[in-house]
Amino acid sequence: MSSKTINLKLKVWRQLNAKTKGKFEIYEVKNISTDSSFLEMVDVLNEQLVNESKEPVAFDHDCREGICGMCSLFINGRAHGPDTEITTCQLHMRTFKDGETISIEPWRAGGFPVIKDLMVDRTAYDKIMQAGGFVSISTGGIPDANAIPIAKPDADEAMDAAACIGCGSCAATCKNSSAMLFVAAKVSQLALLPQGKIEASIRAKNMVAKMDELGFGNCSNTGACEVECPKGISIAHIARLNREYLVAKVKD
Amino acid sequence: MAKLDSKIPEGKLKDKWSNYKAHQNLVNPANKRKIDVIVIGTGLAGGAAAASLAELGFRVKNFCYQDSPRRAHSIAAQGGINAAKNYPNDGDTVYRLFYDTIKGGDYRARESNVYRLAEVSNSIIDQSVAQGVPFARDYGGLLDNRSFGGALVSRTFYARGQTGQQLLLGAYSALSRQIGLGNVEMYNRTELMDLVIVDGKTRGIVTRNLTDGKIESHFGHAVVLATGGYGNVFFLSTNAMGSNGSAAWKAYKKGAYMANPCFVQIHPTAIPQHGDFQSKLTLMSESLRNDGRIWVPKKIEDAKAVREGTKRAEDIPDEDRDFYLERRYPAFGNLVPRDVAARAAKERTDAGFGIENNPKKEGVFLDFKYAIERLGKDVIEARYGNLFQMYGKITDDNPYKTPMKIFPAIHYTMGGIWVDYELQTSVPGLFAAGEANFSDHGANRLGASALMQGLADGYFVLPYTIQNYLAYEFDTPRMDPKTQKEFIEAEKAVKVHVDKLMNIKGKQSVDSFHKRLGKVMWDKVGMARNGKSLKEAIAEIQQIRKEFWEDLKIPGETDTVNVELEKANRVADFLEIGELMARDALTREESCGGHFRTEFRTEDGEAERNDSDYMFVSAWEYKGDGKEPELHKEPLKYEEIEVKTRNYKTA
Ligand code: FES
Repeated sequence: MSSKTINLKLKVWRQLNAKTKGKFEIYEVKNISTDSSFLEMVDVLNEQLVNESKEPVAFDHDCREGICGMCSLFINGRAHGPDTEITTCQLHMRTFKDGETISIEPWRAGGFPVIKDLMVDRTAYDKIMQAGGFVSISTGGIPDANAIPIAKPDADEAMDAAACIGCGSCAATCKNSSAMLFVAAKVSQLALLPQGKIEASIRAKNMVAKMDELGFGNCSNTGACEVECPKGISIAHIARLNREYLVAKVKD
Repeated sequence: MAKLDSKIPEGKLKDKWSNYKAHQNLVNPANKRKIDVIVIGTGLAGGAAAASLAELGFRVKNFCYQDSPRRAHSIAAQGGINAAKNYPNDGDTVYRLFYDTIKGGDYRARESNVYRLAEVSNSIIDQSVAQGVPFARDYGGLLDNRSFGGALVSRTFYARGQTGQQLLLGAYSALSRQIGLGNVEMYNRTELMDLVIVDGKTRGIVTRNLTDGKIESHFGHAVVLATGGYGNVFFLSTNAMGSNGSAAWKAYKKGAYMANPCFVQIHPTAIPQHGDFQSKLTLMSESLRNDGRIWVPKKIEDAKAVREGTKRAEDIPDEDRDFYLERRYPAFGNLVPRDVAARAAKERTDAGFGIENNPKKEGVFLDFKYAIERLGKDVIEARYGNLFQMYGKITDDNPYKTPMKIFPAIHYTMGGIWVDYELQTSVPGLFAAGEANFSDHGANRLGASALMQGLADGYFVLPYTIQNYLAYEFDTPRMDPKTQKEFIEAEKAVKVHVDKLMNIKGKQSVDSFHKRLGKVMWDKVGMARNGKSLKEAIAEIQQIRKEFWEDLKIPGETDTVNVELEKANRVADFLEIGELMARDALTREESCGGHFRTEFRTEDGEAERNDSDYMFVSAWEYKGDGKEPELHKEPLKYEEIEVKTRNYKTA
């Protein structure tokens, strides 16, 4: 690691709560190590604000290793910042230049109201899962795990889809605020496996209905979601979702 | 207080769990609806327990501090989950998994609990596959296994480097189904602030809503704590930023004993610290030790040159590399248990062979060159691609070309809330599951066993054992927290506590205290401890705590998101937990597993256990603020296992 330090100007979205209007504030941070992560840089800003008896910037994060899906942020106009296949917590400051101004905003999508500053409410994604993102089995009384062989390519493709971390960048990036990639990832994962195949079409129907109900828009196949997905989930899964959805509609 | 009764069932070890189930009390289906169970935490243990209890018909309330139950830190576990399936036909059995776990834990875990864990391990794999967990498979379509430290068989199931994520999402899917059906009431962004005890039994909790600051109470016939470990007492660890020990600590102050608090796992393979602003450490999965070889330069001048950037690891010839694990532990090589591997890395680094250019000159190499030569880059990429990608993003290095740099980091706490065989704490009606309890890993946990224990507790143990308690509770009417005096008092006490923190109005931030505490813990209660360092630690922690309560600064209000207040509430507890950990470590005058006292080691530097004096679980009882806690001892008896010195040098 060849580390140096840089100084930055930050344009940060501040908003008291969902009911009030927000605005950008400008801050400066100095001597940021290029080996720091983006959120560590925000930590430095917050420590500075606390020491000035000002309120620190609220933002969501937890694991800080790119897997829990809790961090978010639009950085310089892009979900999870200017790198690909990465979450904000994994973004490192070596991506930025000394003296640069960085703009930091929350997710902006109808389905994700702002709670405070950069923190948004993503419970809509949980509700979509509750509508069908599961196999309807209970604990216990299950046959041996090797009773049903699964072709390796299917298992691998299911795993590709299952890598979704539920961060919300797909809907936040989409100009229609569609959550289609998120829904497709789960529908496709389970449709690829014999255990989930049984309920595949009803699952697709229920999850899509819930997504529509919660104020997410329609998918118009722009593919922007795929580009910003930190886990590189392919829009090919949307095609599988559409197939399952059609099967359900034909049955209706 | 009642004396420790571990309630181990009668009979032979292998029959205990079936005997227990055959004779325990159950709640009839109609009565289950009359019973409320509160579950704190939504990780593998909490999520699985909440879902399974709701499926059975109990009314469940489930709480987490994150914005969604899917964020729980179980999600970050990378490498795998153990089970005694013996699919590879390499000689695994329930007994062998049990034996490896007891031995790996350096003979400080409870035999009956561990045997049960090994027994139910296979059902976890079945359950997860049925949920649609996409485990790795072979070309024939059957499940694949890999090896983890401390075992001579391949019993670890995995889903790329994201096994924890996939298992957690499995439990989350079951939980989501129950929430959708209305059987679980889910409370996100909610922090446990205290427990409510009525006539000696746990009857509920007081919570704080992290978005609007509202203090609220909830009634439950029983409460399950599945709140993970307290590793963040060290400030820097592989835990999530929000992981904390507060739920366990509130329980301790209500009479639950804390067991073996000094047993902390230091994981040998994390990315070394880069600087002072670092907020957390990132783990590189133990599975990498299947194919990576660990080494440092043999020549001290090479180590120095690597640190200074004048020589590259690739340019050091094989004969000048010291594969110190293979050298010291020929039988297990790079796959020795975590405590052994971590200590060996520290030994080399202390001797001046560290390779990272950070203030402490820490770090060793984990090299994939040999595996890539043997198997090809594609195979390595298929096995560890996402871990290599993560490493690259963090360090800006390419581990396919140059060895990874790694160093030990705080990872897991084997210690935790004392529980009996039923996972019930010393407070009736209060249960603890997963990392939050102490029971299964002794003084050191084997890799891929945390996922196993969390899900075992959540799916297959607690849903049974809790009924043995609840069978007597169905006719206890639900209490109204608005009128019940114990709830009113508890709420009031929580408000006083919050106001007290807010009103210090001092000058120093929460993080500044937390970092100071972390430094004391790492330097004096960390990988190597001794009587002197522990006594110093206790005094220093007391001093930091005093300053905390005099000079803490929290900006903002209490009726909105206030992250500084959240952190302060947790750090206030860490400042007490740290002291108990040091006290426990001081009392235990031996070395075992992750607890290494420099005064107690063999001639070749290995941990020296003292079975005649310390073969017990230490269970600490809270005696009041400013008073010394009381130590209770649960003797450990091994009936089916011969207690030996751990040996990873020969098979
Ligand atoms: S904080 Fe967990 S993914 Fe970024």
